[in-house]
Amino acid sequence: MDNVTLQHKMKELRNQFPTLNQTVNGRPLVYLDNAATTQKPQRVIDSITEYYTKWNANIHRGAHFLANASTEKFESTRTALAEMLHANFREEIIFTQGSTDSVNMLSTILENEVEEGDEIWVTEMEHHANFVPWQVLAEKKKAVFRYIPMTPSGEWDIDYAKKELGSKAKIVAFNYVSNALGTINPVEELVAIAKNAGAYVVIDGAQAVAHFDINVQALNCDFFLFSAHKMYGPTGLGILWGRKELLEKLPPYRYGGEMIRKVSVRGTTFNDLPFKYEAGTPNIEAVIAFNESISFCKEVGRADMHAHEYFLLKTATEQLKAIDGMTIYADLENKVGVLSFNMEGIHSADIGTLLDQQGIAVRTGHHCTQPLWEKLGTTGSVRASFACYNTPEDVELFIEALKKSVNMLR
Amino acid sequence: MIEQKQQEIIEEFAFFEEWMHKYEHIIELGKEMKGLSDEEKKDDLLVAGCQSKVWLKANLNENGTVHFEADSDAIITRGLVALVVSVFNHETPQEILNANIHFMNDIGLVSNLSQTRSNGLAAMVKQILLYATVFQAQQKSN
Repeated sequence: MDNVTLQHKMKELRNQFPTLNQTVNGRPLVYLDNAATTQKPQRVIDSITEYYTKWNANIHRGAHFLANASTEKFESTRTALAEMLHANFREEIIFTQGSTDSVNMLSTILENEVEEGDEIWVTEMEHHANFVPWQVLAEKKKAVFRYIPMTPSGEWDIDYAKKELGSKAKIVAFNYVSNALGTINPVEELVAIAKNAGAYVVIDGAQAVAHFDINVQALNCDFFLFSAHKMYGPTGLGILWGRKELLEKLPPYRYGGEMIRKVSVRGTTFNDLPFKYEAGTPNIEAVIAFNESISFCKEVGRADMHAHEYFLLKTATEQLKAIDGMTIYADLENKVGVLSFNMEGIHSADIGTLLDQQGIAVRTGHHCTQPLWEKLGTTGSVRASFACYNTPEDVELFIEALKKSVNMLR
Repeated sequence: MIEQKQQEIIEEFAFFEEWMHKYEHIIELGKEMKGLSDEEKKDDLLVAGCQSKVWLKANLNENGTVHFEADSDAIITRGLVALVVSVFNHETPQEILNANIHFMNDIGLVSNLSQTRSNGLAAMVKQILLYATVFQAQQKSN
């Protein structure tokens, strides 16, 4: 698809997102905080309303019409996710509360797999959610917490992994795409190193799923997780894919209803997958509505989304470079639409405040990646991140507002 | 006195019709404030702040009033800090503890002080009240 056709296609999409059609501080909203959360298309919003209007019932138990209908809708999202991720079995899809919840679940159920002196690996680029739970697990089990360093250019030092990551490694957890920088990491390479070492491989795909297709079989990892809300879906819902034989072997995470087979005063036996890991009433409306996000992404096509976002990224990057005193982090070719930068002598929070006054929503600060910023010798950045519904006009308004802010602050 | 100082700030800001002028004034206040030296900007004076940092120093004057000095690494926060300091400075611990701080909302810069965790202002006001409590206890024991 040529760029003009692509622009046209994406511009049409914008109408499906009602939140974008409003003014903030008297200016048209320019939403560039998509790495934090994406806006939701009308069909997702409608699905939530429809669920509470027509289908509300607790799933998997009641023997009545509504319970059966909502269960069917709930489970059809699981099937759609298995297809989306190319999972071998639909029961490998576990619904959690989000990516943070998924990592906490994994770091808990893998606890008995780790022994004193084993190594748990992450990278210096991780979001705190994929860093702290592993660090705490290592401390608890007297294991060694290690990390793959990040280069000043914002990439993994993969040679370090080749040299240092060996048979002592028990768990290797890393992000597919950096939330702070947008770097697309060479995950296949690291999976190979980690698998060769005999470690469990956990991929945090939170920043990847909205931009390119995922095939967990081809990735050859053991666990892959992401959040629905970063893929045009509802908040409070995480997806965890895990290899069936591992999820069957590992212990439950939370105990309660739904996840049991039989409970008696003498003891309890646990349910099969996926219910073993889904204790309690889940976020039913989010799961059902997420099916609409999955169809949305499939229909639009992630390749087109990524191509469009990449075009916006490159346009914005070129214009930022023309501003005096600009530092762009990870100015790489292999990136998603995340633009992380600082202006010499200006605090990122000040830029964020003044952009907000002009209707531009960006993120400022450390983006929950403090080790990454420590490596880059600063404490945070301004981050503009693009989604499929952003337009070249958004980029223009952003650059204009940024120049105005910088003039005021200098 | 604290109330009067707040009213003066509110009147001052009422002149600005455009957001830009309001912020330009805040930035100016931030630039003008003496602030703290780099040696003083240590962790023991750091009140908090997720994005921008705020440092606060307090001394009890001989005449029974409190002297505050503060700083921030972000210029807009620095300007807001200057306003907060100007309101509380040279008041007695009792007056500080009795004060109802509302000017932030009234000048339309911070919609809700208690929710502005990110810029450290809420933590700063809390710390000011803590200092006042401690100083008041000291005064009573003397």
